[in-house]
Amino acid sequence: MSAITDLSAAELAAAIAAGRAGAEEAAKAYLAVIEQREGQIGAFNEVLADRALDEARAIDRRRAAGEPLGPLAGVPVAIKDNLCTAYGRTTCSSRMLENFQAPYTATAVGKLQDAGAVIIGKTNMDEFAMGSSTENSGFGPTRNPWDVSRVPGGSSGGSAAAVAAGMCPAALGSDTGGSIRQPAALCGVVGLKPTYGRVSRYGLVAYGSSLDQIGPLTHDVTDCALLTRVIAGYDRADSTSIPQDVPDYLAAIEKPIAGLRVGLPKEFFSQALDSEIRQAVLAAGEAIKAAGARIVEVSLPTSRVDSDGDGKLSSFAVACYYIVASAEASSNLARYDGVHYGYRTPAKVDDIVDLYCRSRAEGLGAEVKRRIMLGAYTLSSGYYDAYYLKALKVRRLIKNDFDRAFQSCDLLLCPTTPTTAFKLGEKTADPLTMYLADVYTLSVNLAGLPGLSVPAAISAAGLPIGMQLIGPVFSEGRLLQVARAYETATGITRLKPPQ
Amino acid sequence: MVDQNDIVLPIIGLEIHVELDTQTKMFCRCRNRFGDPPNTNVCPVCIGMPGVLPVMNRRAVELSMKVGMALGCQVASVTKWDRKSYWYPDLPKNYQISQYDLPLSSNGLLEVPLADGATKAVRILRAHLEEDAGKNVHDLPSGTGVDLNRAGVPLLEIVSQPDMNSVEEAAAYARTMQRLVRWLGASLANMQMGHMRFEPNINLHITRGGKVHKTPIVEVKNLNSFRSLEGAVAWEIRRQYAAWQEDPEGFTIERQGKQNRGYDDATGQTVFQRGKEEAHDYRYFPDPDLVSVQPDQAWLQAIADSIGELPLARRQRYIDQYRLTFKEADALTQDAPTGDLLDAAVAAGADPKRCVNLMLSRGSAIANERGCSIAQIGLSPAPLAELAIMLHSGQVNATAAAKIFDLMLDGRQTPAAIAAEQGLLAVTEAGEVEAWVDAAIAANPQAAGDVREGGKKAKKAFGFLTGQVMQASRGAANPQQVQEILTRKLG
Repeated sequence: MSAITDLSAAELAAAIAAGRAGAEEAAKAYLAVIEQREGQIGAFNEVLADRALDEARAIDRRRAAGEPLGPLAGVPVAIKDNLCTAYGRTTCSSRMLENFQAPYTATAVGKLQDAGAVIIGKTNMDEFAMGSSTENSGFGPTRNPWDVSRVPGGSSGGSAAAVAAGMCPAALGSDTGGSIRQPAALCGVVGLKPTYGRVSRYGLVAYGSSLDQIGPLTHDVTDCALLTRVIAGYDRADSTSIPQDVPDYLAAIEKPIAGLRVGLPKEFFSQALDSEIRQAVLAAGEAIKAAGARIVEVSLPTSRVDSDGDGKLSSFAVACYYIVASAEASSNLARYDGVHYGYRTPAKVDDIVDLYCRSRAEGLGAEVKRRIMLGAYTLSSGYYDAYYLKALKVRRLIKNDFDRAFQSCDLLLCPTTPTTAFKLGEKTADPLTMYLADVYTLSVNLAGLPGLSVPAAISAAGLPIGMQLIGPVFSEGRLLQVARAYETATGITRLKPPQ
Repeated sequence: MVDQNDIVLPIIGLEIHVELDTQTKMFCRCRNRFGDPPNTNVCPVCIGMPGVLPVMNRRAVELSMKVGMALGCQVASVTKWDRKSYWYPDLPKNYQISQYDLPLSSNGLLEVPLADGATKAVRILRAHLEEDAGKNVHDLPSGTGVDLNRAGVPLLEIVSQPDMNSVEEAAAYARTMQRLVRWLGASLANMQMGHMRFEPNINLHITRGGKVHKTPIVEVKNLNSFRSLEGAVAWEIRRQYAAWQEDPEGFTIERQGKQNRGYDDATGQTVFQRGKEEAHDYRYFPDPDLVSVQPDQAWLQAIADSIGELPLARRQRYIDQYRLTFKEADALTQDAPTGDLLDAAVAAGADPKRCVNLMLSRGSAIANERGCSIAQIGLSPAPLAELAIMLHSGQVNATAAAKIFDLMLDGRQTPAAIAAEQGLLAVTEAGEVEAWVDAAIAANPQAAGDVREGGKKAKKAFGFLTGQVMQASRGAANPQQVQEILTRKLG
């Protein structure tokens, strides 16, 4: 029999429900992997070992008593450290919130718990979810399990690395501009950013509120469907969540994809794209076609990704995203001032303004400060129309592009990232280069659409390549269905990094 | 530099903050209540903890729309929420959820009655909804603390056009607004509890030698009593005129623009706070955590239907229809339920004047003792009407009615039952009253003689004998009847 840690989340839950495996046994097995690999990877900010074991034993007792068990009973799940939990700390990988203990649990995490999941720990991330490499963590970087000299992507790098390294069968991340899909691609796992409003944001420490969405990272598409079904749904505590029934994604994904029209947005396959990634994604398109879908070419002019004179990528969407997200961030992070929440400077201060300034200067990292400054600037009177208002107009154009594209296709297939995992430190000196790591993902957030990244291939250098499926609002089921068909047709699933 | 020919016209606009009388706060379910121990009505949402989200209070929006409609405003077909950023220890998120470019209501008018019987029309620019901030509490043994009980309480900000031209007009506008929001049940509008706060904008248009000079606009922040409002406006009018006389070219709106001042109740003077150079940049932008509000027709209609007759219209109706004096009508239209009580009693067949007498004599006295409105003392329309009818038909006299009034407030017995049980029904049996009269005459020959002689002492003696009879009947005799019989016997 294969090790318990080789089971998918769905298989593990089934085994526990049937009494073929124990929840405590599973928790111990995963804690052992964490014990073994965490020193190398650095995926976790906090491992909730004692609590996880208690929860697992409770599941085993319930199973023994014949009580009903949820669909994730006994499945260890890691949680990005910007999701509030009424246990442990919620730090956002920031010195600012180093000791923050939330008195409440995020709705999405609560739903996992209700489904029987065992929360095994809080994962590392870029500070306040700002970054694409998990190097911006206040507590040190996470490393890519495929090559520890490389980044896992970000900002949900800890969650992606934890799943890829086999430290848990599934994790939650948050995606503001690609923060689930980009690390999923770089770590060779499945990551879904659901439709904006599909999953409650209550308890997610806000970065860019109009863009943020919580989603799962898993080894395969089935587990992704399983977790999405659990965490999705209307929540009256989040006004922006949408009262719409959650479909049975698990039932939907095994349906044949014959007749579905898959669009290739030509602007996403320009010369700017790494040729190996282009080949991999186009080959995936062929495989999907062979499974019965039709491939059509579509256009997303406003989201185009170009290569400028010096070979760097350029994109309206990136500019638009950094204005909208930074504006919201400057407001969302204003409460961390040394008076209300978070770190307070130990220095003797002259007055309240001095207290604010020193606390924020000492408690926040460089990237966070950069975006706060950018956001405050673009919202200030005199610049609002030129930047923020203009960005909202571009955002509308991007959405219109997608709407038009979905008139001629059912979903889009494109790359998730412009490159495979890059080296630690490679892009930290040049923030603009780092921002381009999300060039294929962030227009999805601006338009509020669902986006799914699944492993497409392994590069010649032995690094995972992800492909991205994008659909109209609430088309998560269709995206998962096509991704599942690809998994089935090619067998590219549940990739394991070399140990 | 004083010139007797100067024409000085004060230009006054008023921002009124009204705390809405909702059960819970604007964006969470914490209790909205004044006076509780600090930081007891708080939750993660209203103290802005990381990760929490606001959810709009429908009732607060309804009350605001109701006020807007009563002010004749246009209610927006789409309204949204914006964030207003500033840094202050009593502001939990360092931004306030407010409304910027799409206020709930705009372009209204309030007819303000003045003391001389005229009315002043004041245009309303806008009325928008926002959350209140908390309160810094200084002078604690530990230094300064922050009480966030008030943070997140729904606040309606009503902004007038600068249409008022005197202290009296500004004060009358504020009082009329207070009566209106109370009438609509939108706010308790209690100044001591901070339910209403004023921020007047004041400058002067001074005509000298055919030329109009405008003084810099002053906004006086956070006034929480009518007295402060009147004091601050009066002080500013005097101060600005004096300052302009000193420097007619320099002390102008063109040169100095706008400044904020505070008001010191103790000295009755305003003090400089900040000038336009330090004006805030609030960095307004739409709150991404809240969806826009699009009230549908049915919702708007239901709110419009709930408004009913407004206080000044009702006051006039009472004067015209019930023949009440201005003072009586005014007293009965301080709040809607008191007037409703009168209308219901009249509808049940009672004489309006009798009802009003009962309400404004015993009713008013009890209300004053308890510090509440007449409608809140336990009075119901049916017993009020019944008592007024009994009084009108002579079944009880005024003294007995006052006793019955007090006893019927608990609602356990009808006035008729109380009168019967307490022996308060007027005795109109001629024989019985005549016997009391005879006894009184027999017992007081001196007085009876004075009445018969008809001299200077006659009137007093007649009153004395009437009193003796009333006493003998223990108030049950009808005084009019007693006087008739006395007149017949001694006349």
